[in-house]
Amino acid sequence: MNDPLIVSVSPHIRSDVTTARIMWSVSASLFPATLMGAYFFGPRAVITVALSILSAVLCEHLYQKALKRRSTVGDGSAFLTGLLLGLTLPPVVPFYVPVIGSFVAIIVTKQLFGGLGFNIFNPALIGRAFLLVSFPKLMTSWREPASAFLLFDARTTATPLGILKEQGYEKLVEVFGDRLTLYSELLIGHRGGSIGETSGIALLIGAAFLLCRRYITWHIPLSFLGTAAFMAWVFGGKGALFSGDPLLHLLSGGMLIGAWFMATDYVTSPSLKSGQIVFGCGCGFLTMLIRLKGGYPEGVMFAILIMNAFAPLIDRKFHPRTFGAKKQKSGGVP
Amino acid sequence: MNSSLGLIKDGIFKDNAIFKLALSLCPSIAVTNNVRNGVLMGTAVLFVQVMVNVTISLMRGIIHPRIRLPIFMLVISGWVTVTDLVMAAYAQDAYKQMGLYIQLIVAFASILARAEMFASKQPVMPSLFDGIGMGLGFLFSLTVISLFREFLGKGSVWGVPVLHAKPLLIMILPAGGFFAVGILMGFFNCLGARMRKKARSR
Repeated sequence: MNDPLIVSVSPHIRSDVTTARIMWSVSASLFPATLMGAYFFGPRAVITVALSILSAVLCEHLYQKALKRRSTVGDGSAFLTGLLLGLTLPPVVPFYVPVIGSFVAIIVTKQLFGGLGFNIFNPALIGRAFLLVSFPKLMTSWREPASAFLLFDARTTATPLGILKEQGYEKLVEVFGDRLTLYSELLIGHRGGSIGETSGIALLIGAAFLLCRRYITWHIPLSFLGTAAFMAWVFGGKGALFSGDPLLHLLSGGMLIGAWFMATDYVTSPSLKSGQIVFGCGCGFLTMLIRLKGGYPEGVMFAILIMNAFAPLIDRKFHPRTFGAKKQKSGGVP
Repeated sequence: MNSSLGLIKDGIFKDNAIFKLALSLCPSIAVTNNVRNGVLMGTAVLFVQVMVNVTISLMRGIIHPRIRLPIFMLVISGWVTVTDLVMAAYAQDAYKQMGLYIQLIVAFASILARAEMFASKQPVMPSLFDGIGMGLGFLFSLTVISLFREFLGKGSVWGVPVLHAKPLLIMILPAGGFFAVGILMGFFNCLGARMRKKARSR
């Protein structure tokens, strides 16, 4: 076949960025956070994360086998879902908890809706939400981080946000010593919390990697964090407006992992830049609303899930006008 | 007799109010977090459905078509009131928990739909069997849903603990109701499709 005139269907230029490549890169970018979690919370945390990944991959594989479909375990999406779920669990939970969470995340949230690309909600977050509502006690018993790697019997403790909710800001600063120590401990990750959410610096390293590779853009995370910081600054303080502590809110809880790794999920966020900013602002607003006024100390998970539901609507609203077409007056859906 | 059996069967399987027509989903989520409530609710609906069908069928000659819907509603609310008062008198405990939902039977789409589509056009006997079928279908659905939810959510059946593990609390909360109805609806539709396929290939 030496015919120089080859007729083929578009696309003609293919990028080497595949789904699998993106998924594995995101998983790799979470490695520092996983490492810090393992360091602070010990082998039990590693087992929890490993179990979560293993059962997620297994669920995906078995489901696709049962339906006689091609197994897509290799694309890494199930691995990533399992990893994200594991990182948002408390370090010490019974072994069945990550398994049930992965089952709900993969089978109920992803596969029943049609598999990768068709899920409405972020699978890992739905898995976590399911677990939080099902086992409220298990999911909120936090362990004190122990730098000594082989310490099995760590004491239970409250998360910074838990202390903030129950006992107020002054008590929180008192627990950590002074404000500067509070910030640095939050940044490094030496605090109670989920396995992968505590270490701000590790998460930021991962996020920087993703930004450099252009797998994520700044639109969602920055609008998310910006709105949350603004809300925290304006309404976070006791009494007077504009007296809150935005830095504390940005560094605590699941804010960083949520903004950089959960909200930026391609499938469940708007695909247009303008829509992404609206999406991020909504996430930030809802997070702070739940943190400051709601019943839960932490609101990142529910905020992202609620905005996931709005993502298709946002996309419709910001749908670009077809070139040359007239602007429609009402319900402008092309 | 064959056709009346067929009517009952249709009500349970082909025209199942919840799993097939997706009607009356509100009570199927609201009262099904334990089996006893589910069965009681199903029984109440069965009673109302049968009585409404029979009454409407008897009156079908004298109802003016223009005002038939208000008349249907009056008949339905009459029978619901009867059920409500009987339950208030003889099933105090259950009534305290689900009295509101018993009164809400008035607004059940499945009952009005059967009155409009079937009983107002058919003689008494077929209407009676249609009512029994639809009511049994409803009772069956509520029982299955509540069994599923109570077992997973509380680890018990009819208040008797059977599952000795940590139950999934979410299943007895409203969100779990949606999960249960969705999963069971899918399951029964899948089962129905398989059975039809088998029947065709035979």
